[in-house]
Amino acid sequence: MNARPTAGVPILRLGDVLLTGLLNELDDATVVAFTEELTTRITADRARGVLIDISRLEIIDSFVARTLMELTTMARLLGARVIVAGMRPPVAMTLAELGLRLAGVETALNTEHGMAALGWHQSPRPSGEVPDDGTW
Amino acid sequence: MTGLGEFGGTGATGTTTLTGDSAGQVGLPTEPTVLHVRSEQDLLAIRHAVRDATLTVGFSIVDQTRVVTAASELARNAYIHGGGGTIRIEYPTRPGAVGLRLTVDDSGPGIADIDAALTDGYTTGAGLGHGLGGAQRLMDEFEIRTREGGGTTVTATRWADR
Repeated sequence: MNARPTAGVPILRLGDVLLTGLLNELDDATVVAFTEELTTRITADRARGVLIDISRLEIIDSFVARTLMELTTMARLLGARVIVAGMRPPVAMTLAELGLRLAGVETALNTEHGMAALGWHQSPRPSGEVPDDGTW
Repeated sequence: MTGLGEFGGTGATGTTTLTGDSAGQVGLPTEPTVLHVRSEQDLLAIRHAVRDATLTVGFSIVDQTRVVTAASELARNAYIHGGGGTIRIEYPTRPGAVGLRLTVDDSGPGIADIDAALTDGYTTGAGLGHGLGGAQRLMDEFEIRTREGGGTTVTATRWADR
């Protein structure tokens, strides 16, 4: 491990919302580093909302599920609302069979819906442009 | 379960002499793959290897996700509670079906109360307590053998019709 581990995951600030996402290749240490980095950023950027895109996660096991639940709790304690967006349908089925309800974690179908729930609205598109599919 | 379309191309013929558990079906590896469970990096490597194995069998995307998730839970259990160990990936066959079998061996203290360990919410560690029972639900066959003071072996199989 480096002296100061970073998750290597971009965390973008859009107004008072932090936008980030989890990649499929995260190992446990990276997940922990990501959690620390995100909570630090919530405070530093005075974020009121956090959108975590998980559309690239091919599996969610109980470790990642626990991380998402803890992260949501920590963010709430810091005054920020977390929305986890873009879960793949097979992942949702598997999680349900595992008995993991992600209690307390707010979800959205995709990033676009999640950002809208956090108060971000799509501005009018120039005519002829292809709508964004909500992933990033 | 379905999802064997791709594999059917090589396996649909020449498989009339299926005998129980024998591997060696056309297109399936006959040798098991054995991986170590000694570090978090190993957990990643195991997920990759099991994902590849589910593709070899021809599982549907949902079954792929189930099996890789179960492998992740079992490997993590062996890593955290069992002090590390090994995972073996095999391709059992039976009439009309091919499967993927995971055998996770650790040399930890063993499980004192297997029924309790399979109950949701039961945990002796930092997890959610859904790992073992959850993995059982994700697989078709599931067996735990534990030897007091001498490690634990979990064997889990998922079958796919063909």
